Amino acid sequence: MSPEPLQSMTSNGAFPLLSLLVWLPILGGALCLALGNARAQAARWAALAFALATLALSVPLFTGFDMASPGMQFIELHAWIPAYDIQYHLGADGISVALIGLTTVTTVLTLVGAWSPIKERVSQYVASILFLEGVMIGVFAAMDAMLFYVFFEAMLIPMFILIGVWGGPRRVYASVKFFLYTFLGSVFMLVGLIYLYLKGGSWQIIDMYALPLSMPEQVWLFFAFLIAFAVKVPMFPVHTWLPDAHVEAPTGGSVILAAIMLKIGGYGFVRFSLPIVPDAGHEWAWLVIALSLVAIVYVSLVALVQEDMKKLIAYSSVVHMGFVTLGIFIAFALVRDFGNVDAARLGLQGAMVQMISHGFISGAMFSCVGVLYDRLHTRRIADYGGVANVMPWFAAFMIFFSMANSGLPGTSGFVGEFMVILASFQQHPLIAFGVATTLVTGAGYTLWLAKRILWGEVGNAHVAQMQDMDMREWIVLGTFAAGVLLIGVWPKPLTDLMEPSIAQLASQLAASKL
Amino acid sequence: MTPTMPTAADLLPLLPELVLVGAAFALLLLDLFIDERRRVVTHVLAIVALLVVAGLIAAGVGGQGTVLNGMFVRDTMADVLKIAACAITALSLMYVWPFLRQRGLYQGEVAVLMLFAVAGMMLLISAGSLVMVYLGLELLALCSYALVAIDRDSPLGSEAAMKYFVLGSLASGLLLYGMSLLYGATGTLDLAQLHAAVAGSAETTLLLMGTVFLVAGIAFKFGAAPFHMWLPDTYHGAPTAITVFIGSAPKLAAFAMAFRLLEAGLGPLDERWRLLVAALAVLSLVVGNVVALAQANLKRMLAYSTISHVGFLFLGLAAADAAGYAAAMFYAISYAIMSTAAFGAVVVLASRGFEADRIDDFKGLNARSPWLAGMMLIAMMSLAGIPPFLGFWAKLAVLRAAIHGDMLWLAIVGIVFAVIGAFYYLRVCKVMYFDAPDGDVPALRRDRPLRIAFSVNALVLLVLGLFWNPIMAWCQASFP
Repeated sequence: MSPEPLQSMTSNGAFPLLSLLVWLPILGGALCLALGNARAQAARWAALAFALATLALSVPLFTGFDMASPGMQFIELHAWIPAYDIQYHLGADGISVALIGLTTVTTVLTLVGAWSPIKERVSQYVASILFLEGVMIGVFAAMDAMLFYVFFEAMLIPMFILIGVWGGPRRVYASVKFFLYTFLGSVFMLVGLIYLYLKGGSWQIIDMYALPLSMPEQVWLFFAFLIAFAVKVPMFPVHTWLPDAHVEAPTGGSVILAAIMLKIGGYGFVRFSLPIVPDAGHEWAWLVIALSLVAIVYVSLVALVQEDMKKLIAYSSVVHMGFVTLGIFIAFALVRDFGNVDAARLGLQGAMVQMISHGFISGAMFSCVGVLYDRLHTRRIADYGGVANVMPWFAAFMIFFSMANSGLPGTSGFVGEFMVILASFQQHPLIAFGVATTLVTGAGYTLWLAKRILWGEVGNAHVAQMQDMDMREWIVLGTFAAGVLLIGVWPKPLTDLMEPSIAQLASQLAASKL
Repeated sequence: MTPTMPTAADLLPLLPELVLVGAAFALLLLDLFIDERRRVVTHVLAIVALLVVAGLIAAGVGGQGTVLNGMFVRDTMADVLKIAACAITALSLMYVWPFLRQRGLYQGEVAVLMLFAVAGMMLLISAGSLVMVYLGLELLALCSYALVAIDRDSPLGSEAAMKYFVLGSLASGLLLYGMSLLYGATGTLDLAQLHAAVAGSAETTLLLMGTVFLVAGIAFKFGAAPFHMWLPDTYHGAPTAITVFIGSAPKLAAFAMAFRLLEAGLGPLDERWRLLVAALAVLSLVVGNVVALAQANLKRMLAYSTISHVGFLFLGLAAADAAGYAAAMFYAISYAIMSTAAFGAVVVLASRGFEADRIDDFKGLNARSPWLAGMMLIAMMSLAGIPPFLGFWAKLAVLRAAIHGDMLWLAIVGIVFAVIGAFYYLRVCKVMYFDAPDGDVPALRRDRPLRIAFSVNALVLLVLGLFWNPIMAWCQASFP
């Protein structure tokens, strides 16, 4: 029943690069905890050193990556739990590499951003961030379904602590809601994975791709995966935890949540739903497409009426992640109904670019809110006004990110959304039309937000006393801006990185498993 | 077959039990000559005795085999469970000493009673006949009743002991009645012969009645709903350090009892009893998790959580195959370690006159001691079934067993209630991390051995959560 026993091995010159990327931050987190809350400055520097070291380690990931190959690279395979056939199996394809890069960059910026705003229990804060980094890299690198699940769930604990300890007034409600929502989503996936294991005798995700499954089985599994990843993305109508979690989380928590954690939902669809249950995915793609459209059209309108900056950006995250799910699932219809593999690849490519782009833009937007919040300690839009008069540099950055958020050409926000709209046009012009309305409403809510905060007369005496950005904030926003601009004007390296994996994915969509 | 007189060779597989009982008697005598100040000697010797016995079993001293005319079975399952029971009891003793000494309750009999209770567990684990099951169970139960009543001036403790005794006796009665029905139906008390007789006979009403009573007796001893009434009161009322003990290792013996009676004895009827066990599992999951949500007392909450964990353990039993038993056994061992840590946290925080058994007593623990809060976080997350802690793998094992045993619906009920259950564990984490400490709590005691025991206990949950293969391999080897 069980397949050939796998040999323990490490490819790419026997250097366990992915393991180091996973475990170095976790080790760093443990060290920061050991330093204790009394030694705050030491903990900050130690955490930054570990995050920078991890960032440096992710460089060889890009340079050593063979762009021509669609397969998994940097493979590490060791027996972990032979009694249950669970392997310690890490590997990365183009999509994983891009997301790991996003994770390492964002973590450094999060730590820099939290340098002075976080004053209490510093060592625990930076340790939570580092634990999260290691575990999230683990999610993107795990090639064994059980290993993936362990990382996927372990993520909840540090995030729960981050929101609950350093969050806003309703932090307890938000953290518990976050935890239970995502936990409920993922347990169904656990049952699905156990089923796949019992059927195929292997936890390896690659083996699950090759496992023939009947249609009813596929439909059940499809919904098990859908619940898990839809909550994570989050898709309408299970997105309600996100505004709460974002609003109450400290800036660092919001940045990590929006920039990386939501991407795990999209990554899960690509890694599990598409290749493992292609027939059920095709059958039910309409549902996901419809929910994505609702997210894009309806949640845009919801975002328009928000009074709270973070809530507005949280809803805008739901909208932008709608593009990701739309791009992924429109590919089904395009391949199976129209045989249009090129358009499907375009949709998938757009979804993946959108994930990376949204990582930078949402991270930047939440950092902007953090900059304002650290000065005035309020998130209500009405408490600001005329900030551009006192903080001109900050205003420039915020306007730039707002433009990117509404999809201005030349910024990364345009590239992914445009590719998805283009792909959906080939499915049905009406879908493209619905999606394209976001270019109007998206511009509406983001620019209106910017207008109410930045332009006009100085709103009140508190605003008049605000100082422009310091060095630390320059580094954070400047780096985010560079990323947004780079992907916006020159997306080719990113698309080239992911192209072989996406081409392979599109071919997997076409092949029936019945 | 005519019974033969036991020879010396017959007693060899019983060597660990004999050593343990000998040590218990020796300690009982020794304690008479030790004055109050040096009582820690008794205590340390009891721990050493348990570790020696565990070492003897691990080294295979005496060898495996079925002796005493089939009364006593020493197989791999028995060895693994006995080692676990000795180790976990030794760990519980670490909590018992500081807690009881501080309250002036520590008598030499405490350690001795615990050793006899372990002897009872070991006999139960190795039982080869209905009589041996009953003898082992009663030895364990009597010692437990006395331990719960150790604080005779406490009304809560006496009430707990009384309830435990009355309901425990009722359970024994049910079990005994079921055994007598089976004896009437098959004419044998030997489990192997019972198995053969049941396989060869039609399903008579007598046989089924006996099975039902046996299942009820097992459910009583486990504390599965709807036979769980004694459990919250007993766990709550007993001195916390005693709760650490009665909430952990006896679950291993209860698993062995269930396996011996249901599989070794009534295996051919498994299509019948597995439905009963599945129904008990669902009820326990519902009652345990839902009622635990409403508890303000941590010991009561953990008691109800025990009921829900019994429900999970029954998921493995209900599968009624080798993988299922291995999963249930793994669950029993994991749960015993987790429950020691969770109740142990209450012992660590408690001081004289301050029981620390309300959830609110854990408020702001992170501000008072980040280390203890971190360890408690591990214990709670492990009980909630969050990876990478041991409790998650135990849940994975029983879910896999249930799905493998064509009981997908049972697995889905299990995971839904796992999510509901996560809430009350989260609440403990919430008060520890998110709330400020109450002003009037006494300062934490600096009791180094106790803290080390608790820390090791919690870290074991993490380490075994990352490397649980040996334990699972032993469990699987127990059911070839």
